[in-house]
Amino acid sequence: MTDGAQRAPVRSPAQAARDGMVLGLAVGASGLAFGAAAVGSGLTVAQACVLSLLAYTGASQFALAGAIAGGGSLIAGVAGAVLLGSRNGLYGLRLAGLLGARGARRILAAHAITDESTAMALAQADPAAARAAFRGTFLSLYLTWNLATLAGALGAGRVGSPTSFGLDVVGPAAFLALLWPRLREGRTERGVALAGAVIALGATPFCPPGLPVVLAASAALCAALMPAGRQQDGEQPA
Amino acid sequence: MTGTWIAVLATAAGCYAPKLAGLTVPPRVLARPWARRFAGLVPVALLAGLTAAEVFGRGQALAVDPARLAGLGAAAAALTARAPFLVVILAAAGTTAGLRALGVG
Repeated sequence: MTDGAQRAPVRSPAQAARDGMVLGLAVGASGLAFGAAAVGSGLTVAQACVLSLLAYTGASQFALAGAIAGGGSLIAGVAGAVLLGSRNGLYGLRLAGLLGARGARRILAAHAITDESTAMALAQADPAAARAAFRGTFLSLYLTWNLATLAGALGAGRVGSPTSFGLDVVGPAAFLALLWPRLREGRTERGVALAGAVIALGATPFCPPGLPVVLAASAALCAALMPAGRQQDGEQPA
Repeated sequence: MTGTWIAVLATAAGCYAPKLAGLTVPPRVLARPWARRFAGLVPVALLAGLTAAEVFGRGQALAVDPARLAGLGAAAAALTARAPFLVVILAAAGTTAGLRALGVG
């Protein structure tokens, strides 16, 4: 298995789809945690499952469940969840040209947009591999996420915690793996990554979960607005 | 009960809308050089932000979970060794799970 060595340039569509399926399976298993958390928050099993089927955005789902558990206003809970989901708009913007989906396919492709499917698609070197990675990630993640939600909701409190299997580190490890080749591209990329991480961490104590990641995108905006060519190590976020 | 159902469906609709909107925006929006650079750098910023937030965030608090941090370290080591994607994931989860089984974190 040397095929993973130079990630971006050499993935065939089949390899890209397989990578996506692996990621979907691993990340989707954390649907167990959502199902259990949702029922623990006072949602019914059906409500937990409808959220996973239709909202299909982990951070937003956790945010709504958390707001309901905290006894806060439902309107604020929905607003927070939708705000977190707004980053998917950025993803869609980025994916539109790659996916080239129209009509009914676009309706479905939009539903398939998540952190994971976007990251896998954008990590590929050519559009065919990108589409394969996007589809593979969606199919496996959607199936696993929804089955795991149901299992977690039914077994709330009875299953072992997903953290004991280290599943909570699967997401970050996958994101790091997808970020890795971009860090080799140049100082601008490294600067933006550093600034994005600092902004997300700095904002965490002051924002509902998920929003810090949206704010991290401002690092990309600052770097993009700098004069081309003479870009230093991103901006100094302090 | 009914209120909760409305919240569930509103969340579903509100989460879907930006996804479709992003895909539907005319490509002309990305014609300007700075917009193209922005679109190219967005994943870098978001991936770094996601990684940091998921490793160090615990709700709205920042916390160091040694087992989780070690798992990310294992992933970085595997990436440095040019390991395939699956190995990177397994190294991370295995390290974190192993340390927790030993009572770390």
